[in-house]
Amino acid sequence: MKRLLKRRELTLVLVIAVLVAAISLRHPAFLRASNLYDILDDTAILFMVAIGQMMVIVTGGIDLSVSSGIALVGMSVGMLNQYYPGIPIALIVLISMAMGFVLGASNGLLISQAGIPPIIATLGTLSIYRGFVFVLSRGEWVSAHEMSAAFRELPRAAPLGITNLLLCAVLVTVLAALFLTLTRTGREIYGVGGNRVAARYVGISLKRIDFLVFTVSGVIVGLSGLLWVARYASAQNETAAGFHLPTIAACVIGGVSILGGTGTVPGVILGALFLGIVINALPVINLSPFYQMAIQGFVILAAIVVNTLVDQRNQRLMLRKRVL
Amino acid sequence: MYPGGEVSDSILECRKIRKDFPGITALDEVDFKVRTGEVHALIGENGAGKSTLVKIVTGILQPSSGTIAHRGQVVEFRTPLASQAAGIAAIHQEASMFPELSVTENIYMGHHLAGGRARLLDWRAMRARTRSLLQRLELDIDPDTTVRDLSVAERHMVEIVKALSLDAQIVIMDEPTSALSLREVRDLYKIIRQLRAEGRAVVFISHKFEDIYEIADHFTVLRDGRYVGEGPVSGTAIDEIIQMMVGRSLKQMFPKTQAAIGETVLEADMLSRPGVFRDVSFQLRRGEIMGVFGLVGSGRSEVMQALFGIEALGSGGGTIRIKGREVRVSSPARAKAHGIAYIPEDRQLQGAIVGMSIRDNVTLPMVDRLSTIGVLNRRREEAVTEEYGRRMEVKAAGWEQPVASLSGGNQQKVVLAKWLATRPEILIMDEPTKGIDVATKAKVHEFISRLAGEGLAILLVSSELPEILGMADTVLVMHEGRVAARLERAEATAERLIRAALGENS
Amino acid sequence: MAEQGKPVPPEAAAAQRSSGSLQILKVLTRWEVILLLIFLVVIGVSAGVSPYFLDLFNIMNTTFNFMEKAMVALPMTLVILCGDIDISVAGIMALASLLMGAASAAGAGAGALVLIGLGTGAAAGLLNGLLIVRFSIPSIAVTIGSMSLFRGIAYAVLGDKAYTRYPKGFAYLGQGYVGDTLVPFELLLFVLLAVLFGLLLHRTTFGRKVYAIGNNATAARFSGVPVRTVRLLVFCLSGLMSGLASVLLTSRIGSTRPNIAEGWELEIITTVVLGGVAISGGQGNLFGVIVGIFLIGFLKFGMGLINVPGVVMNIVIGFLLIIAILLPGSVGRLRNRLLLRRQLRGGG
Repeated sequence: MKRLLKRRELTLVLVIAVLVAAISLRHPAFLRASNLYDILDDTAILFMVAIGQMMVIVTGGIDLSVSSGIALVGMSVGMLNQYYPGIPIALIVLISMAMGFVLGASNGLLISQAGIPPIIATLGTLSIYRGFVFVLSRGEWVSAHEMSAAFRELPRAAPLGITNLLLCAVLVTVLAALFLTLTRTGREIYGVGGNRVAARYVGISLKRIDFLVFTVSGVIVGLSGLLWVARYASAQNETAAGFHLPTIAACVIGGVSILGGTGTVPGVILGALFLGIVINALPVINLSPFYQMAIQGFVILAAIVVNTLVDQRNQRLMLRKRVL
Repeated sequence: MYPGGEVSDSILECRKIRKDFPGITALDEVDFKVRTGEVHALIGENGAGKSTLVKIVTGILQPSSGTIAHRGQVVEFRTPLASQAAGIAAIHQEASMFPELSVTENIYMGHHLAGGRARLLDWRAMRARTRSLLQRLELDIDPDTTVRDLSVAERHMVEIVKALSLDAQIVIMDEPTSALSLREVRDLYKIIRQLRAEGRAVVFISHKFEDIYEIADHFTVLRDGRYVGEGPVSGTAIDEIIQMMVGRSLKQMFPKTQAAIGETVLEADMLSRPGVFRDVSFQLRRGEIMGVFGLVGSGRSEVMQALFGIEALGSGGGTIRIKGREVRVSSPARAKAHGIAYIPEDRQLQGAIVGMSIRDNVTLPMVDRLSTIGVLNRRREEAVTEEYGRRMEVKAAGWEQPVASLSGGNQQKVVLAKWLATRPEILIMDEPTKGIDVATKAKVHEFISRLAGEGLAILLVSSELPEILGMADTVLVMHEGRVAARLERAEATAERLIRAALGENS
Repeated sequence: MAEQGKPVPPEAAAAQRSSGSLQILKVLTRWEVILLLIFLVVIGVSAGVSPYFLDLFNIMNTTFNFMEKAMVALPMTLVILCGDIDISVAGIMALASLLMGAASAAGAGAGALVLIGLGTGAAAGLLNGLLIVRFSIPSIAVTIGSMSLFRGIAYAVLGDKAYTRYPKGFAYLGQGYVGDTLVPFELLLFVLLAVLFGLLLHRTTFGRKVYAIGNNATAARFSGVPVRTVRLLVFCLSGLMSGLASVLLTSRIGSTRPNIAEGWELEIITTVVLGGVAISGGQGNLFGVIVGIFLIGFLKFGMGLINVPGVVMNIVIGFLLIIAILLPGSVGRLRNRLLLRRQLRGGG
């Protein structure tokens, strides 16, 4: 029901509004436009990667390797920039996306061709990619002064009014939304997630769709890797460690069912925004950033339980509507 | 041109179709001809090969030999898409819907309408087309409704609309009235007549005479994977068709011996579950076989599952009394403890664990009783498996064999064996001979008779009229969740049962 | 689909049984045997590469490195056999270690610490189990969330600090040896637990029920198996053993940091899958898992001797996981083809 979807997103908007209001009551500085803008900027990468994750989850899969992918691409382009500062940034952007493509496609092949369950395949590549970060860097970091100014400026520069980082997030969001609602392949993703057997019967290639979503997730991861190390001006072995969790959390909060078949881009954005606000509010309300993981975990569990309860309630209501 | 040089107004003609599986011949030189503008019933008992034939015609399976001709041209349907391209649309049951998506999208998945230079989807056009198709069939469904929120009947209708959206010339329906209420069945008949008026052919698989006589023009009968005969519906007596379906007289099929009927063991009093069934009451006696008849969706299986504790009845859901004492059946484990056994309808999903051995299956309900303080006792398990495996005449190389490697009939025997091993007093059987070859069927019926003779009280849920008529001492007919009629063996006729099942007052 | 069965003719089946070479082929191509062979290869190669490998003292000592993981792999086998997965085991270890550290700082003795560790594990497992069973939520979703929650609590409380004060007796559990022998206490404990779990899985009604649920939970339920209770118990067991592993690990390293056992869930799941347990449940046995435990343990030992960095070892483990999934399938298919060919040729 369209109404139900709208209700969920509306609820999220309300929750976010209440959250922001509550924090702002104690700390009015929180509500300042510049602060809200900073929050968006901070959450931009989560927006992007969560959208890629969403596409994977909608088909019924999951991508745990995103955190390691970000680190691997980030370290690679960071080192590239360190040793060859002359390479134009535009080219580096393309390289990062190409690398991401390779990482995502590897996942895609393992899953679509070799038939390995996504949870296992990406659990494996989570380790493998992270390991290669170390192999590449030999344990050393790329720090701020080893990066070219252009490199560091990339995410911050705001030629179109908003930072490039935020611009990327907006582009990814808009493209994803268009792709998923207005193209055949986009809708086939929902078909595959909704009923694999039926999807095959109507001629949809399961292998193609599975491969596609992981590859797209990979490209986004690649771009995000570059933006991450450029923004934080540092490429470390531990970069983005554990980042796959908030991407999953954002999806679950946003109404994406872990079993696949449902989920919207606005929902995921709101879910990510919710997390972004919570994370940014921590220092404001004097909770150390170390609380982040616990809050994430709690929110994931709460969101899943609420989802399930709502679904079960709806099922019962539906049953009662039948004539008897 | 067609071999033999015949000119045919047939739109689809299957000649000498054969389908072999390892160890099983599902179809043996079957002929099947469908003409334009005809409503054709494909008849046969469970396991006759009807579904296999349909799967071949829709490109899901390939025939081992034989030809298919479409409009006179010999064709091969290597994939479901190829069959679809030829204008053949099959309506399966639950398998083909996308529950979280809208009606419009369910119809257009796989062939969404796109337009413009950017090839973007044209939702407006799709919605409009869907709406007009729905209206053409006089269906009151909003194209934006999520399919999950539709009733089973409405989903069926949506599938028909899907077939129309592909401009199907042959629409194949598999047991279409299975889950429909009387009113919905009438609506379906109206739609089928309209399809016929448009010059399309409708093939429906059924073993229900009510459907056949109501709307089919022509019928083809299959039995044991072989083509038995065909003919026009009007002018053929129901007994003739039964004879073709079954191959022998009712008496031969159902060797029912009269069992001594004893005291009441089970009393159901006003059993109710909101939205599913209401005020179901009956009494079951020792040695009695009570047939439970009705269209699927009439609540039969749900009542049985409530008796077995699959889902406990809520407060106010009525009372169950076993041997005079009120009991609360809150789980299958409790039901087992009360001496109730349940042979479920879906053998593969609910009845047997095909990945495990025969022995593990047979001993599972009894596993606690056969063990010593939780430790498995191999010897006792083997003894029980041997005893009941032999009693049920399970044909296998050894008891360690995985159930998956057995034939359907043997798998059912394993399911029977495992429940008989619990030495129940009340046995509930839900479509026990579904998907089984005729020889094993007769054996199963023999067993049921014997068990009744040994004093078991048996509830036999079946949608096969001949089975009910042949086996039952009393018949309970359900309709839309209520008990529509209760008939003794002497007064139970096919006509009475059908009318009660359809909700007509007899 | 018509199902008129012609069951396996007794003659062919009998021929199958009596043929000796066919039997040998059947045994040789079983997954556990192949795993054992790979294990011997690893031993052989490692021994060839480094002289330190075959030293009894070294071998005994290296088991310290993987006995805790081994102990968690035991209940994980049951979890995966049931058709579920528990990604939160390492998170539970972190939480248990946190609570033990806090208790120790407050002056608790070794005995109390053990109880706290076990209790925390069991409670965490119970929480997982309740959420999964009561709300019918896929275990992957719940345990991804609870993993974050449990470890997150450790991070929230400790941040970048650590608990380092533990009572004297406590160290024996993770560092001590049995009497005067070279056998580490952890190893002995593991062997006992392995035997217990082996009996539980393969000789009790509980184990039979686990297999039934993993194969077909619906049919199991219809057969009167208390599916919900069994699943709940399995997750409690997983939590309890994670708690035990945490006690031993904390005792061994003598301190608690929030990143304790970080990433261990990957290796534990890899071990179970490598051991031949199907990720979809219902197939596999404990013997294969035990071989897998030692295979990975000694592989890492060997790699360590040639100075492979830990992170790179993780790459190898990652590849191992993927290969582990692929291999049983292709080995199974190859096996079926070989056996079928032998059978058709007339019993061999």
